[in-house]
Amino acid sequence: MSTPTVVVDTVAAAAEGPELDQPYTDLGLRSEEYGRIRDILGRRPTECELSMYAIMWSEHCSYKSSRVHLRQFGDLPKSERMLAGIGENAGVVAVSDDLAVTFKVESHNHPSYVEPYQGAATGVGGIVRDILAMGARPIAVMDSLRFGDVGHPDTRRLVTGVVAGVGGYGNCLGLPNIGGEIAFDPSYDGNPLVNALCLGVLPRERLQTAKASGVGNQVILYGARTGRDGIGGVSVLASATFDEDGPVNRPAVQVGDPFQEKIVTEASLEMYDRGLVVGIQDLGGAGFTCAISETAAAGGQGMRVTLDAVPLREPSMEPWEVLSSESQERMLAIVAPEHVDEALAVCARWGVLATVVGEVTGTGRLEVEWHGECVVDVPPASLADEGPVYERPLARPLWLDDRQADPAERLPRPADLRAALLAVVAGPNVCSPAWVTDQYDRYVLRSTVLAQPEDAGLLRLDDAGLGVAISLDGNGRYAALDPYAGAQLSLVEAARNVAVTGAEPVGVTNCLNFGSPEDPAVMWQFAEAVRGLADGCRALGLPVTGGNVSFYNQTGDTAINPTVVVGVLGLHADVRSRTPAGFTTAGEAVLLIGATHDELSGSEWAWSAHRHLGGRPPRVDFDAERALLHVLREGGFSSAHDVSAGGLAVTLTEACLRRDIGCTATLPGDPFVALFSESSGRAVVSLPEDAVGELERRCATVGIAISRLGTTGGSTLALAGVGEIPLDELRAAHEGTLPALFG
Amino acid sequence: MGVVTFPGSLDDRDVVAAVGLAGAEGVPLWHADHDLRGVDAVVLPGGFSYGDYLRCGAIARFAPVMGEVVEAAGRGLPVLGICNGFQVLCEAHLLPGALLRNAGLHYVCRDQPLLVENAATAWTSALTVGDTIVAPVKHGEGRYTADRATLDRLEGEGRVVFRYAGSNPNGSLRDIAGICNERGNVVGLMPHPEHACDPLVGAGADGLALFSSVLSAPALA
Repeated sequence: MSTPTVVVDTVAAAAEGPELDQPYTDLGLRSEEYGRIRDILGRRPTECELSMYAIMWSEHCSYKSSRVHLRQFGDLPKSERMLAGIGENAGVVAVSDDLAVTFKVESHNHPSYVEPYQGAATGVGGIVRDILAMGARPIAVMDSLRFGDVGHPDTRRLVTGVVAGVGGYGNCLGLPNIGGEIAFDPSYDGNPLVNALCLGVLPRERLQTAKASGVGNQVILYGARTGRDGIGGVSVLASATFDEDGPVNRPAVQVGDPFQEKIVTEASLEMYDRGLVVGIQDLGGAGFTCAISETAAAGGQGMRVTLDAVPLREPSMEPWEVLSSESQERMLAIVAPEHVDEALAVCARWGVLATVVGEVTGTGRLEVEWHGECVVDVPPASLADEGPVYERPLARPLWLDDRQADPAERLPRPADLRAALLAVVAGPNVCSPAWVTDQYDRYVLRSTVLAQPEDAGLLRLDDAGLGVAISLDGNGRYAALDPYAGAQLSLVEAARNVAVTGAEPVGVTNCLNFGSPEDPAVMWQFAEAVRGLADGCRALGLPVTGGNVSFYNQTGDTAINPTVVVGVLGLHADVRSRTPAGFTTAGEAVLLIGATHDELSGSEWAWSAHRHLGGRPPRVDFDAERALLHVLREGGFSSAHDVSAGGLAVTLTEACLRRDIGCTATLPGDPFVALFSESSGRAVVSLPEDAVGELERRCATVGIAISRLGTTGGSTLALAGVGEIPLDELRAAHEGTLPALFG
Repeated sequence: MGVVTFPGSLDDRDVVAAVGLAGAEGVPLWHADHDLRGVDAVVLPGGFSYGDYLRCGAIARFAPVMGEVVEAAGRGLPVLGICNGFQVLCEAHLLPGALLRNAGLHYVCRDQPLLVENAATAWTSALTVGDTIVAPVKHGEGRYTADRATLDRLEGEGRVVFRYAGSNPNGSLRDIAGICNERGNVVGLMPHPEHACDPLVGAGADGLALFSSVLSAPALA
């Protein structure tokens, strides 16, 4: 191996040498930020230090534009169940005296546009390591995907690449994919959204922290070698807007190796169980820099790292590159000296490369050496916790009044409701996602009780039947019309989807996808959405356990629809009594719980029939939502299915097709409104005739509307005033869309 | 019943659990050990052994434990290869043919009806020829391929154990889902019987029959 002959910029040179013109703007730093770095250090930063500040103070890592708003989540009433929350790698919720569950959703939007397969794959890999870093065994993944219009020439490349990437990584890692969503809208042309969720389970006493504490403890880097992939991923790629010319930053996308992640997972879990780990952190965005600065800052002590010890793929890498690389499948463990040999042996047994790269010191400084020279000497908290915080200007978008003044309720309504129903249920946003979900393993690990096309994923955690349900929901159209209400609609939909299974919602995670925070209109949307979500969580009594913000989802001046993706975790006392979404038995009563209003603005019908987006989204009545959640959780149904995008048309279609059991029904009120309104707070249930009276009494007790729709059975969906549709015809419409587009 | 864990095995613990449901004890076997720990049958589980780099199962066949498996199979020990395990058995030449990339080029996960065509193997004696059972398929490389002479011989000798019923998920030649060796103690199949043992978390319970079959297999008696 030849020794590189790079002249390295040292701390000594920075302190004593001549001034340099440093390229901070190329690294994404503003001049006042650069000035602050100089104030912190009392000198100019070295080349390495400048790289580290640039990535740690990037929007992606520092949350500098969002932090002032996200505080509202931290201010929500605490839940006794929450063992770890915002600021940790992922939130942790106690589910029994012994067990806890950790879950989080994260975006990998920009990389997935540049290189769809690897971008999506490493999005899954990154969130899985976050869950692993909490001490949990990852047990399931979910994905929320948004793409440009189905007719856009680039959509096929992105859909096929992203779906193959999510599947390729999750399938090889042995994690069931238990649900998610896929949607298409021209606002995502050039800015697809790939949000990946992972859920893990741990014995409560195995909860890990990302702290480098205990002077003399050793710092072990394990997993993949460090290469030149992903350099500048968080700063240059994820924290800037794409140009009209499209992305050129291909090398800023990481390359994933799920096999490496699998053995890193097994080695990590074995080290936890043997009690070898004092602190643990995954290497994700901002790579080694983030891991060492965050663990050192959290430990409140110092750390000295010898960069030469980091195993490299390319020996010619410069020190700043080693510090910035986002090579995947790497973890950092803090291990007491007497346990180092055993930790290294566990890694060796799994075939995982592990190397001691440093130790915890009492200096309060983060020091990095390379070739015997000190190249970094900074207070770790200045990187990890004390980045800039901005109160960005907010301005309600000028176009919003015009748009709200153009409601979809005024659009011409179809004469042929049968044809309209078939057209809506075939729409790419509400059609069967089986083309996607059949590319994901949903069986591995033997814990999947419900997965797509059910409303929520439901996992069995123990033999007694304890389980958790999880759903991931978003709606960019609603939030475009009203970001405050849009965020709340995503929240209540996810909560309903969990509750229809019989689970009790207990925690919320979120992924907030927006345009550029430097645009006051986007920042207003963001502030409204956060306020809406926080108010909604307060109204439902749910804590926010963590989340992720993705800004700069825009091309030129055109931002995506503001897209709040909400994940709700539910606790199920006995998964054996879960309620499925589809009809199970012929001859049972079908009822609609909740009230239907003339609410079509932002609806799937308005979009698919008229390409119309205007008016105000459906109202959220939290008293009614809470009452519905209560009734759903009590159970007693043969099936229960949420009503959301596409309205009752989609709900009844899915309920019939699940087990090929038809339905004869009379729609209450105006049949058009009944079919396509997207009023919130509704669910369709089926149950034996002799249980109807009791359900009606329960609904009356909590003050929620209930109406009889009809009866299950037969081989058609027969709706009075609409027509009779054979299930085969319905299936062809509902299931044919995605295969025809992308198969 | 031994269940081998290679680095990258994914369904290994699921097979151990399924074996338990069938009334036997699942014994974890480690890829790097030259030791079958005295088990009466061996299952090679699904997954992506060694990342499936090079070719599915191509590296796993050289694992130390495989020397013992090949030797024991020669003595008549019942061996079942599921999915990646089937690929390993083909690579190890315990079974003929190979598994190629699915014809549709996509990974496919779905509940698959299977026609039982041989109920005389160590792993299918509890089934009846002509029965249709359901087990999930979940693979990207499950298209069974062999030359025509081999296919003719497999069919002629009754060594096609399972055939895909309904639609063929991967373009497998002659709809072959699973085959056995001449003696019938070694069976490989792409579908996952271990995920069809507990209806709550799997596709029904038809798969239990494979694990219960081997408990009464002559080799064990």
